[in-house]
Amino acid sequence: MTQPSHVSIVLTVNGVDYPVTVDQGRNLLSVIRTEIGLTGTKEGCDDCECGACMVLLDGRPVNSCSYLAAQAQGRAITTVEGLADGQALSNLQANLLEEGGVQCGFCTPGMLISATALLALTPEPTTEDVSIGLSGNLCRCTGYTKIVASVMRTAARP
Amino acid sequence: MSFIIATTLHEALSAMAAGARPVAGGSDLVVGARQGRTPLPADLVAIDRLTELAEITYGPQGVSIGAVVSHHTITTHPLLVSDYSALADASALVGSPSTRNVGTIGGNVMNASPAMDTGAPLLALGAVAELSSLRGTRLVPLADLWLGPGLTSAAPDELCAAIHLPAPMPGSGSAYLRLEYRRAMEIAVVGASCAITLASDGTVAAVRVALTAVAPTIIEVAGLDTLAGRPVSEVAVAAQVAASAQAHPISDLRASADYRRHSVGVMARRVVEAAARRAAGEHLPVPLNRTIGIGAAS
Repeated sequence: MTQPSHVSIVLTVNGVDYPVTVDQGRNLLSVIRTEIGLTGTKEGCDDCECGACMVLLDGRPVNSCSYLAAQAQGRAITTVEGLADGQALSNLQANLLEEGGVQCGFCTPGMLISATALLALTPEPTTEDVSIGLSGNLCRCTGYTKIVASVMRTAARP
Repeated sequence: MSFIIATTLHEALSAMAAGARPVAGGSDLVVGARQGRTPLPADLVAIDRLTELAEITYGPQGVSIGAVVSHHTITTHPLLVSDYSALADASALVGSPSTRNVGTIGGNVMNASPAMDTGAPLLALGAVAELSSLRGTRLVPLADLWLGPGLTSAAPDELCAAIHLPAPMPGSGSAYLRLEYRRAMEIAVVGASCAITLASDGTVAAVRVALTAVAPTIIEVAGLDTLAGRPVSEVAVAAQVAASAQAHPISDLRASADYRRHSVGVMARRVVEAAARRAAGEHLPVPLNRTIGIGAAS
């Protein structure tokens, strides 16, 4: 039996460098949650289907459950904890709450990450753009309507 | 066990010569290893930062797409969207925005899934894979590369460096359609792609059709070359009949073999019609599935 190979890496999460030693096959999600201790990012399906684990890698959404932690070194990782400015929510976060886009909340971190990336790339999206931008994120509560509305509201009044 | 992030192509090829397997976005390799289905290879070399594999270059001979070019880049590249529309149609349907950010054309080709969306367009467009190793470089047409599900004729030390596509003749157009049950994170039930060239009188000068998810590999429909000089409508119907006849699909949870055999013919007919409309200069935006309303409603 060969032993798991550990790699010592530095992950830059929300602007902070975290030196960690992890198995080379470890996924980014588990390192963010367990080693770094940021538990806002969720594990849903653990199969790259649901989007609860979405983080930004150099500004683009990536399913962290299916991305090797070792491959993320040197890249800027943004989790949901990085969207607020201290206690001040981003406009998107505030709008999601006000529009009723949060129910159980489990999909919310991933939705916020995907929507943040969408608005950065497409500041004035159509509802179709929003649907495509959020198409990798599943929600079992809201029926999506309120989530799309909060993204559109954020785009209209950023 | 080892993990390295290659900074030069030579470094990547050396690691592969020593037994390492390449990983780009990990959207097949790492997802396949989730929940213990297929263990990760013991030795990995990350190739996603190799800038020499990330370029799209084009000239009179055609276009060369570096192996780590992402689906997102393909769907937003003006030349690929206009001259190789079928490929852009397919890349735009892959997974979700996050899948398209990490998933690469080289990974797609070398993963050799019979259901990959980009496979049929690449085959119809006449793509050739450039395989590199420390021993040298060779060009392999995709029909000779794909041997079965997940199986290629590449040697273990060979890395796909680029995909080459010939320049389309004047009067050409291409398209890809898939039958789908949902719009995102979907795998083709069946799919079909067509690359077509029209003569000045509007008849078909050349046509190629390839099929998704109806055989152990992506397959090209044989026998269509005899249809040169015929009108598009006739070629479209002939493609439908030939596609259904040549398909040998399996039944699984996504569809029965009979349903696949029938519906791949319908996809083939519709994709020939759409490719011909593009060849005639009509603007049918990418992805074609959305433009002509195939699949789930929004």
